[in-house]
Amino acid sequence: MKRLQKLGAYLFLLLIGYVFLFPLLFMIMSSFKPEQVIFADLYSIRAILPVGDLTLDNYRQVFEKSDVLLYFRNSILITSATVILGLFVNSLLAFTLSRMRWSGRKYILAAVVALMIIPIEAIVVPLLLLVSKLPTIGWEQGGLVLMGSWLNSLEVQILPFVANSFFIFLFYQFFRDIPKDFDEAAELDGATPFQIYRHIIVPMSGPVFATVAILHFLLMWNQYIWPIMAVQGEDARPVMPGIQIFFGRQTSWGEIMAYASFVTLPVLAVFLAFQKKFVSSLAGAGIKG
Amino acid sequence: MNANTSVNSSDTLTVSSGRPAETRRPPRKRYVFLMSAPALLGLFMFMVLPFLMALGMSFTDQRLLSPNATEWVGLRNYDRLLNISWLVQEPVSDADNHLKRTAEGELVYPRLRSVLRKNPEYKEFKEFTHWSFGDKRVVLLAKDPSFIQSIINTLLFVILVVPIQCGTALGLALLINQKLRGIFLFRTVFFSPVVTSIVVVSIVWSFLYHKDLGLFNHYLNAMSFGLIGPVDWLGDPDWAMPSIVLMSAWQAAGVQMLIFLAGLQGISGDLYEAAELDGAGPWGKFVNVTLPGLKNTTIFVVISTTIQAFGLFTQVDVMTRGGPQGSTSTVMYHAVTKGFREQDIAYGSAISVIFFLAILAIALLQKRFFDKREDA
Repeated sequence: MKRLQKLGAYLFLLLIGYVFLFPLLFMIMSSFKPEQVIFADLYSIRAILPVGDLTLDNYRQVFEKSDVLLYFRNSILITSATVILGLFVNSLLAFTLSRMRWSGRKYILAAVVALMIIPIEAIVVPLLLLVSKLPTIGWEQGGLVLMGSWLNSLEVQILPFVANSFFIFLFYQFFRDIPKDFDEAAELDGATPFQIYRHIIVPMSGPVFATVAILHFLLMWNQYIWPIMAVQGEDARPVMPGIQIFFGRQTSWGEIMAYASFVTLPVLAVFLAFQKKFVSSLAGAGIKG
Repeated sequence: MNANTSVNSSDTLTVSSGRPAETRRPPRKRYVFLMSAPALLGLFMFMVLPFLMALGMSFTDQRLLSPNATEWVGLRNYDRLLNISWLVQEPVSDADNHLKRTAEGELVYPRLRSVLRKNPEYKEFKEFTHWSFGDKRVVLLAKDPSFIQSIINTLLFVILVVPIQCGTALGLALLINQKLRGIFLFRTVFFSPVVTSIVVVSIVWSFLYHKDLGLFNHYLNAMSFGLIGPVDWLGDPDWAMPSIVLMSAWQAAGVQMLIFLAGLQGISGDLYEAAELDGAGPWGKFVNVTLPGLKNTTIFVVISTTIQAFGLFTQVDVMTRGGPQGSTSTVMYHAVTKGFREQDIAYGSAISVIFFLAILAIALLQKRFFDKREDA
C-alpha cells in the first residue's frame, strides 16, 4: 500500500513536471529542427526530444540576420557592470543601516522599505525624460566628448539599476543578524567602519552576496521595457528587445526558437549551477521580507 | 541628510555595550556619509526624482521631444483620464409616434456623435459602453475610454491571476514538501520558468496558443472528440486576457511556491502529531494545522503577488500589443503607449501617478491588515 502511494506520488509529480518543463524543452529542441519537423513533432512526445534530423540551420540564420552577438555582448557588459556595482553600493548602505548608529537612519530605512513597492514600470516614463536631459561623457573619434543625452548608451541601462531597495533590504536583514561582538573587538583595535565592513562583515556574508548577485543578474539579463524605450539604435541594444526582429515579422518559428534558446542559455547555466543555494536563499528572503 | 547627524546620540558602532562616544566621532560621521551616499544617490536620482518629476509634469503639457514651451495645464491630464459621464437616450420615433426600428427590429437612437457635439457639457467625451433599459439607452461616457478599459482589464487580470497563481504555488509547495527521494529535482523543474525571461516565455506560449497549429487547440480538439473547434486564444477579445493569465500564473508560481515551502517547513511537527492523536485524517490536518500555520505566509504571498500583477506589461506587449479591440491593454501598457510611443509624456506621467497611488493604497491596506492582526 505504502509503495503504491509512493508510485502514485511520483506519477503525479512527473505529470506536473511535464507541464512545467514542456515549453522550455520544446523551445530548445525545436531550435535544432527544420520548420516542418517542428510541426510534425509538435503533438507527440517527440516535441521535447532531440530526435530526427537535427540541424544548426536556425542558428546560422539567426546569426546572419541579426547582430545577436552584439546584443549578447551588450547584455553581458550591462549585466556584469550593474551586478558588481550593485553588490558594493547596496551592501555599503545596508552596512551603515544595520551596524552603525546615526541620526536619520530610521527614516532612511523606512524610505528604502517604502521604495520596495514601486515597480519599475511606474517610473519608466518620467525616467526617460530625466535621462534624455542628462549630459554624459562619451568616446568619440578617440577622445572624450560631452554628449547630448544618455539615450542609446550602455550606461543608461546600467546606472539607474545599480541601487536597488529590495537588495539593500536583503543585505540589511542578513547583516543585522550577525553578532555584534566581532565589530566591538575590531573597533577596540582601532578598525575603521570600512575595515569592519571589508574584513568582518563581507567574509561572513557569502550567502546573501550570492543571492543578491543571482537575483540582480536575472533582473538585468531579462530587461525589456526600459531598453525598448531608452535604446532605439542597434549599438547598445541588449538581447531581449532584439528578439522582436524575429517575432514581429512572423518569420520562421525555428529561428525564433533558436534566438530564444541562445539568449536563455546563460540564465539556465547560472540557474543550474547555483540552483541549490539559489532556491533555498530565495525562500528565506521571501519569508522574511 | 547625513550632514546634520546629531551629536548627542550614541554615535558608536556598538549597540549592545552602549559605550559613550569617543573622540573618533567626526571621522565616523564621514564614513557613514561616504558608505551610504552612492546607494542613496542612486535611489534618489532614479526612483525618487523621476517620481517627483512625474508628479510635476502631470500638471503640464510636456512632450518627450517638442520645440514648444511647456505650459501648466492644471488638472487637465487627470480630467482626461478619470472624468466619466453618462447620458440617457430616448429611441427615435417617426411622425406617428411609432418607434423607429432597423430591418433587424432594433430600436434606433439619435447619433451619439452629433448629440455629444451639440452639447458643450459633453465636450471631449466619447462613448465607453452602453446598456439598454427598456426602450431607453444609457450611454457611459469617458474622455479616454481606452484608459477606463485598461483599468478594467488590469483589475480583471489581478482578480484572475492572484488566486490561480497563489493556489498553484500552494499546491506545488505541498507536492515538493513530501519526503521522497529526488524531490529536489522537481523543485528545480517547477522553478525553471521563473528564471526564463517572460519575453521568451511569451513567445513560446504564443506558439502553443496558435489558432491552427497550437498545442492547446490540438488537445482541446482531441479531448472533445472534435466537438470543440479551434479557439483563437490570443485573437479573441474574450479569451486573450484569460490566456495571458494562465501563462503568467504558470511562469511566476515558482517564486510563491518557494515562499510557501519555507512556510510549510516552519510549521512544527508536534502540531501534526497532536492532530493525529486527535484522529485527524490528511484533510483534517491540512485544514486545522497547515492552513492556519500558513496564515502569515499567505498574506505576504497574496499582497506581493497582487502588487506585481498590477504592473502587467511585458506579456501584453509581446503577445497582443493591447489587442484585440483593446481587450488586453493594461494601465502600464496605456502609460507606455501614451507617454512613450505617442510622446505625450505629461499624460503618461499622470497615469504613472495614478498607478503609484493605487499601489500605495494597497500597501497601506496591507499594513492595516497586519497591524490589526497584531492587536488581536
